[in-house]
Amino acid sequence: MLNMLNLRLQQGAFNLLASVPNLSPKIYAVMGPSGAGKSTLLAALAGFVPVQSGTLSWQGIDITSWKPADRPMAMLFQDNNLFPHLTAERNIALAVTQHRTLTKSTRQKILTALMRVGLEGFGDYKPGQLSGGQQSRVALARVLLQDKPIVLLDEPFNALGPALKNDMLDLLQILAHERKSLVLMVTHNPEDALRIAHETLLVSDEQVSLPVSTPDLLANPPPALATYLGKRVTVQ
Amino acid sequence: MAPRSFSIITGTLLCSFVIVPLLAVWRQADASASLGPAEWAALRFTILQAFLSALLSCFLALPVARALSRTQFPGRRLVIKLMGAPFILPVIVAILGLLAVFGQNGWLNAALRSLEMGSFSIYGLHGVLIAHVFFNLPLATRLILLGWATIPQERFRLAQHLALTPSARFRLIEWPMLRVVLPSAFAVIFVICLSSFAVALTLGGGPKSTTLELAIYQAFRFELDFAKVALLGLIQLGLSLSAAILALRMAHEDQLGIGFDRPIDCEARSVIQKFHDTLAIFLALMFLGIPLLLVLANGLSNLSSLPVAVWMAALRSVLIALGATVLCLLLALCLLSRSGEVLATLGIAVSPLLLGTGLFLIARPFLNPFDISLIVTLCVNALMSLPFAVRILRPEMIKIVSNFSRLSLSLGFSYRSWVRWVVWPRLRRPLGFAAGLTAALSVGDLGVIALFGDADRATLPFKLYQLMGSYRTEQAAGCASLLLILSFSFFWIFDFWGRRNA
Repeated sequence: MLNMLNLRLQQGAFNLLASVPNLSPKIYAVMGPSGAGKSTLLAALAGFVPVQSGTLSWQGIDITSWKPADRPMAMLFQDNNLFPHLTAERNIALAVTQHRTLTKSTRQKILTALMRVGLEGFGDYKPGQLSGGQQSRVALARVLLQDKPIVLLDEPFNALGPALKNDMLDLLQILAHERKSLVLMVTHNPEDALRIAHETLLVSDEQVSLPVSTPDLLANPPPALATYLGKRVTVQ
Repeated sequence: MAPRSFSIITGTLLCSFVIVPLLAVWRQADASASLGPAEWAALRFTILQAFLSALLSCFLALPVARALSRTQFPGRRLVIKLMGAPFILPVIVAILGLLAVFGQNGWLNAALRSLEMGSFSIYGLHGVLIAHVFFNLPLATRLILLGWATIPQERFRLAQHLALTPSARFRLIEWPMLRVVLPSAFAVIFVICLSSFAVALTLGGGPKSTTLELAIYQAFRFELDFAKVALLGLIQLGLSLSAAILALRMAHEDQLGIGFDRPIDCEARSVIQKFHDTLAIFLALMFLGIPLLLVLANGLSNLSSLPVAVWMAALRSVLIALGATVLCLLLALCLLSRSGEVLATLGIAVSPLLLGTGLFLIARPFLNPFDISLIVTLCVNALMSLPFAVRILRPEMIKIVSNFSRLSLSLGFSYRSWVRWVVWPRLRRPLGFAAGLTAALSVGDLGVIALFGDADRATLPFKLYQLMGSYRTEQAAGCASLLLILSFSFFWIFDFWGRRNA
């Protein structure tokens, strides 16, 4: 269970209060108008942005002031998820080791992860030699090896075309389900949220809402979200 | 890259390395000393030649840049690249090449003699100007070309669309760019020429064409008059500092103008325009290429017959260049902050000769200062390249931090892993480039070594200067080829090392 207890984020004039108890291992979408603080919320959860006050806890342990790498979280950013000068294998390996030589078991794990994301045989390629979709898959393979119970996604698949993005979302859903991960996924696209997230956290008016059912939210969006979305989304 | 404490220590060291010698010279200054007519003349000549050099370089660069910006021909990229070469070309080598064309026994005078039109002497103001234009015409061309490249292609297309006349096109599109770029190019070249030493040493001289730097050298080397050195040095410091500040305020773009190329639209040009463009590029290439080709043509065959002393000097130069490169890069890596960049620019404002004099004065009570002349040369060379190294490395470092620090934090990198897996591989390319520049500049530098140099402690450029002074033409030509090869190989090897696997 992830608990956000009165987390207050502040950066200049920007303010955000997050009080969301008991998030369970599921996929949640994080939606809201631009500039409301979706990315900042994720950066704070991951430990990149300090919180003003409040408590963040995981399984009852206070992790508010833990270093990013010590937190039970893996994160995918909007871009720069891979080091362009390292091969896919090395990029993935950095999840578990920073030594130059890789042990046999590490290699095996990397191979399994690559297979899992459908990239067998691509270990020696550098990101520049891979397509956008393949790069996302490598990053996802690294997240698999990081083996953290919480995965934070800050629109990492945004640059992909619709079909590729849907593939990635489906893959993500399968993997999250298998590993019982808690996924928080920032998106500005209602279809993405509907596709894999049953519940959504709405970030608007300097607040993070409690999880609400995604279809209900999109069928009756509050004014701020409605303005942002611009059009009614039809929900079957 | 380095932790904060590192950069503070380095900054302090650097400051003291510059300020302590200045104070040592300052103490020698005589309050009663005033500017004599010779010093006034040096000040006037320094400003005059810098002004004219900058003016001529910019004026002549304009047609060349314009031609290069609108002409597409095979080898265009190479020509633009070659325009960057004079930056690392040893000054003394270029001068030897220019002498082969414009000197007493050069092509020009041979032609004039055969036409019975008298003779042309390269010594004096016009000689200094020819050499300065040789070095700065390419720089001005690249700066102006960079300006052209910043004009959005759409504007040129729009101009064609609206069938603008050439004069309207110039007024509306090109002039607004030139109004910004030309003054800043002028200012940069003016500053560079203010502290010209090697050119003035070889082509100037005499009461009528002595620059401040040359006057410092003469006061030190021939008169050992430290009060005069101090006075001249302080004038030079004030002059170059104020000019540098002025140039920095006018600067709007990366002044190094390294490596850029983008496809251009080939606009329709009239036959006359085509002729002008071709002529401009051709003449520029001749002016820049012939002297260097002559150096190689005269010198390569003499390489094998060079005396041992020249090879020893070459060895010294190589060691100094390697040492200066290591020192410069270490300093640069510790100074990759905004304040570090400002600090590193000190290197440009302070005259190397003044610095050398200060170090001489500090060392004098303790040991024979001539014994440490090579070390002093190494340090001063490192300092002179520092601003370039910092300006090359810093943008890449900023990019590395902004792109990869979060990812590295989330992977829990230690400082060592961060350097090994991220900084080193990403920074290698600019490091190679900066190392190449530093080594090439250092191996060809004829500056502070001229103060202390003697037969036993000569670097290769100093040896070449001595050979030229004693009219050993063949040995000088061989020596110049060797120096040319050394400086370009240094640049190429380091740069290649940086690019490999990048």
